[in-house]
Amino acid sequence: MTLAKVGSIALMGLNGHLIEVEVDISDGLPGYTLLGLPDAALSESRERVRSALINSGAPWPNKRVTVSLSPAWLPKSGSSFDLPIAIALMIAQGLAPTMDLNNTIFLGELSLDGSIRGVRGVLPALLAASTKGISRAIIPANNFSESQGIEQMHSIPLSTLREVMEYLTDAIIPTPPFIDSQSDTAFGLDLNEVVGQPKARFALEIAAIGAHHLLFIGPPGTGKTMLAERIPSILPPLTPEQALEVRAVHSVAGLLDNQHASQTVPPFIAPHHTTTAVTMVGGGVHMIRPGACSLAHEGVLFIDEAPECRTGVLDALRQPLEAGHVTIARTAGTITYPAKFLLVLAANPCPCGKYSGRGRSCTCSALAIRRYLQKLSGPLLDRIDIRTFVETPSRTEMAGSELGESSQVVRDRVIVARGAAAARFIEDEWSINSRIPASALRHRFRASKEGMAFLHNELENERVSARGFHKVMRLAWSVADSKGHLIPSKDDVEVAFALREGAALFQ
Amino acid sequence: MSNLQEIGASGEHYVAQYVEKNGGKILDRNWRIKEGEVDIVAKENGVLLFIEVKTRTSEKFGHPLEAIDSKKALRLQRLALAWISLHGTWGSDYRIDCAAVLLGKGANVEIDYRRGVL
Repeated sequence: MTLAKVGSIALMGLNGHLIEVEVDISDGLPGYTLLGLPDAALSESRERVRSALINSGAPWPNKRVTVSLSPAWLPKSGSSFDLPIAIALMIAQGLAPTMDLNNTIFLGELSLDGSIRGVRGVLPALLAASTKGISRAIIPANNFSESQGIEQMHSIPLSTLREVMEYLTDAIIPTPPFIDSQSDTAFGLDLNEVVGQPKARFALEIAAIGAHHLLFIGPPGTGKTMLAERIPSILPPLTPEQALEVRAVHSVAGLLDNQHASQTVPPFIAPHHTTTAVTMVGGGVHMIRPGACSLAHEGVLFIDEAPECRTGVLDALRQPLEAGHVTIARTAGTITYPAKFLLVLAANPCPCGKYSGRGRSCTCSALAIRRYLQKLSGPLLDRIDIRTFVETPSRTEMAGSELGESSQVVRDRVIVARGAAAARFIEDEWSINSRIPASALRHRFRASKEGMAFLHNELENERVSARGFHKVMRLAWSVADSKGHLIPSKDDVEVAFALREGAALFQ
Repeated sequence: MSNLQEIGASGEHYVAQYVEKNGGKILDRNWRIKEGEVDIVAKENGVLLFIEVKTRTSEKFGHPLEAIDSKKALRLQRLALAWISLHGTWGSDYRIDCAAVLLGKGANVEIDYRRGVL
């Protein structure tokens, strides 16, 4: 046989396309032609496949080899086609038996010695394959953990080309690598390590209940970063569907380890403030990578020193904040990644960082102080529901030896409060307070009469904008949920107002 | 004649035998102009054959035909046209073939003959 066909998957973002890898060996001068819009890494497959075949004891055809990856119009990238090309070459030379490979896909990069290396995006590729009726996948042993939890897919982890040959001829499957089937629930950080900060802790809890975005303002060394890092520990654990989606994004970025089958702790992503807009929202030339905001999907995106960010970087987050996903267009195609995250910004109050409390040691001019936080654009700040000061802990707080409330305790309360919210929104499309649409707020989810009166007064006195009005109401529902109130009382509304407008003197 | 030239010449000899055995008629051997050289020119069923022969004593350095790159292929094409024009045989069908000869130990000779490679 001089013609062979083998299946594989090409990823466009999280979407997979079924690819037919066809190999034709014909008479003519020895040569290798690869068709189907390959990128640089894929074009180099020839040398890898050739050495891997020879070093695995298979011959290389000294003839004209034509490899075609169809559909031809789809740009293909990466090294995961090495394995299917090698298998098709062996079948075309009559080496591997043509056992029924119709419902089988192959993924893997070949090393020169014939071993199979792990590749990115195995999890979304397998998900796509299973929806297209593929029932068996040969994958790199290094990516075995990604195949767990995908229904109706028989994944065979193999680590060398020889093992694949043995599997195809005699159906021998070596022992798969050990995978911890327990979820990775350990999260090293706990809220009880934070000293004092009752206000900030409360803000954190409300943010976790309603998924409200958060801005911490405070002098250096007061614990802004410490607090933010501990948010995942008080968020409810990811549901299996959420966990799969999160892992799919991380798989495309090549960030998964091979030890755990799943992870229920929400991700925490903290890009440096010098980061570019592309790393923030995603992009790239050949392969469109997910950005920090997609890696933080269902988790926390924390940006420390937010005013130091380059212009435009933070504002690039406005669209994903609104839509819950990012759409990126490049020559390689248009790709959508999910991006539902909890945004946490931290900022110093002024360039020198000491303008707080009485601000006596601050050396900044009044103008510099005013300008500093203005670097955070109005439209972005408008999407941030909670703005809170983080003060230096007091003498007594630092002197005390007892630990604060633990993450476990706070998380239990968050779960109860989210449950109350979910029960209230049972017939709606949303289930958390920060996503209540404005129209529903005005008709169905009003606060108590006194609470509304308070808000209307503030509106009349121009202490809150119309949009801020709705934001405060959403916050008030989260406050009410945290206290077990059925409807936000006047107190709840006042607390919510303070959470949103508390740091308003800087704007 | 150096040893290498001897190897090359004997390879061409074997290929010429092979072509004749398959009903071809040898017209020219080692036809040379400034551009380069055609190893064998033959005629088979009215088709002109221009044959490039590569001879090796081992496959240690890869398949003999791998030595023919795109530059060499273009030169073969030009040489074929040059032969045709100099012999005034415009309009005749022609084909460029390549042959790999592996001279093993003793009298063991392997010929890998490929038709119409360009």
